[in-house]
Amino acid sequence: MSATAFDLLLVLALLWSGLRAMTVPDLFRAVVTFIVFGLLIALAWARLDAPDVALADAAVGAGLAGALLLDTVGHLRAKQGRPPS
Amino acid sequence: MTATARALVVATSVALGLALCWAMLQLPAPSIDLRTHVEARLDLAGVAHPVTAVLLNFRAYDTLLEIAVLQLALFGVLSLCGAAPLAGRRVAARPEPLLQSTAGALAPLVVLVAVYLLWAGARQAGGAFQAGAVLASGAVLLFLAGLMPPWQDPGAPLRFALVAGFLLFLLVATLPLPRAQLLRYPPHAATALITAIEAGLTGSVALILSGLFLWLPDENEEAEQ
Repeated sequence: MSATAFDLLLVLALLWSGLRAMTVPDLFRAVVTFIVFGLLIALAWARLDAPDVALADAAVGAGLAGALLLDTVGHLRAKQGRPPS
Repeated sequence: MTATARALVVATSVALGLALCWAMLQLPAPSIDLRTHVEARLDLAGVAHPVTAVLLNFRAYDTLLEIAVLQLALFGVLSLCGAAPLAGRRVAARPEPLLQSTAGALAPLVVLVAVYLLWAGARQAGGAFQAGAVLASGAVLLFLAGLMPPWQDPGAPLRFALVAGFLLFLLVATLPLPRAQLLRYPPHAATALITAIEAGLTGSVALILSGLFLWLPDENEEAEQ
């Protein structure tokens, strides 16, 4: 029962963070929401009994991809003349 | 993007997502039980973990091609950067002492976790790619804290270390060529070969993934040149 409730919460959080990452107008907030989405995906992999994939996805999807996207946001803001936040 | 076009894209994506969910629920049960087949031959594989055995022994060709694809991605990034040193690019704007001391204290722990993941991959969840990704994350952390400069103009040792993992894997793959076979490990040497391949892959994957971040050019300075 508690496992099903946790899985349901996880699915709702995944859908919500995915939608927010795409619809929020501020790019920095979108990237941070994307990192959260990556961590929740790693949690979903762990719930599916795939720890190797969870480790790799957490490191690459949430860690490196998030860092690359944050760098991109900083470059975009510097190009537009605004100071990178 | 106009509001109607955006609404159309959102509606199409939601419909596709729902269709995928419905298709996933309609899938029949798999006809072969892969887990029992793999675990029946696990003693021939040389490692004790079924996932590592599949990735590095039974389906090693896929892993070899995956490393080749990573190499190609890095070559694409290198071709964008060129060899001209860009002075002072992307140094940390405000080096913060708390971040620097924390990153400096975390760096040996990151190496320890990566080595543990590499060693544990033979028995439980872990492996070369996870260890390499953790090492790359540590390198990115050090760069963002201002403790490591960005990479400019890669020298010969760095270039060799980038491709060393793939070359080692290729060498092991072509060893049985005199017997007209490719990528077959003799069962008595499987553990040693897999350990060597995994160590090489860890180093190369760590360098490639951190290079994807540390070699990105600064567009503003390139536009001014």
